[in-house]
Amino acid sequence: MRYLRAFGRFWWDFIVGDTPEIAVGALAILVAAALLHHLRDAAVVVVPLAVVALLVGSALRGRSD
Amino acid sequence: MSDWVLLAAVFLASAVEAVEALTIVLASGITRGWRSTFEGAGAALLALAALVAVLGPAIARLVPIDALRVVVGGLLLVFGLQWLRKAVLRATGYKALHDEDAIFEREVARLSAVPASGSGRDATAFTVSFKGVFLEGMEVVIIVVTLGAPSGRLGVAALGAGAAVLLVALVGLAVHRRLSEVPENAMKMGVGLMLTSFGTFWAAEGVGVAWPGNDLAILGLLGVYALATLVTVAAMRRGRLATVEEAA
Repeated sequence: MRYLRAFGRFWWDFIVGDTPEIAVGALAILVAAALLHHLRDAAVVVVPLAVVALLVGSALRGRSD
Repeated sequence: MSDWVLLAAVFLASAVEAVEALTIVLASGITRGWRSTFEGAGAALLALAALVAVLGPAIARLVPIDALRVVVGGLLLVFGLQWLRKAVLRATGYKALHDEDAIFEREVARLSAVPASGSGRDATAFTVSFKGVFLEGMEVVIIVVTLGAPSGRLGVAALGAGAAVLLVALVGLAVHRRLSEVPENAMKMGVGLMLTSFGTFWAAEGVGVAWPGNDLAILGLLGVYALATLVTVAAMRRGRLATVEEAA
């Protein structure tokens, strides 16, 4: 049980760590891409723009860390 | 995707991690002796190579390709953005640069305080070296497997990682303590851009998005993200300067 918990904590720190907004944002981008995939032009524009917005937002949040 | 782009991405990512591992190996070797340190580092490299050899083909064979692209793409997107964010904050002065010299001095002081274990293998040197190489190497394993497995080019990815580790080890042993001269933040930014581009491409492709130009779209994404990162760094630097001047 202890090893299982340590294993879970390792992956949590690895993927979420101190930037939960990136993990949640990346998941939201994936969902948006899945919803928009039949509108190819929209998907290939919205997905990269959302990634840029996530980077800028997370970096701005990081100023106060 | 070109073999060269894959090779470059894995090479850069592995080189950054290898520099961090080398700091620990050098500190251990200089203070505790080289034999046990090399044994620890060698054992860790063998364990990491075994992980790649077992995990890579197993994942590629057992997981459907679209599911693999979504999971791998999502992971790469998260890692890439984490690396980019850190590089942006360091480039703009909001976060201290990763100082390998300071880490080296700290490790040397810590290891010198532990008494020697007499003749035979130095357990402290072996353990410190093993842990340092294994933990830093885990990220490399994940990058090699996630970049290599979905495209069926695990060998190319492993080659990139191996070349980076070898090059950093040779250069590191030659320059010894001047690890701070490695442009680590610029490398981290480059790796972050590549991982984010691959991640976006694969994750979106996995859920059914058809990119114009197929693999060439990765280069387009790389350009867009590089431009956005440079603009963000410039704007945040200006903002920080204005705040400092206002406070003065």
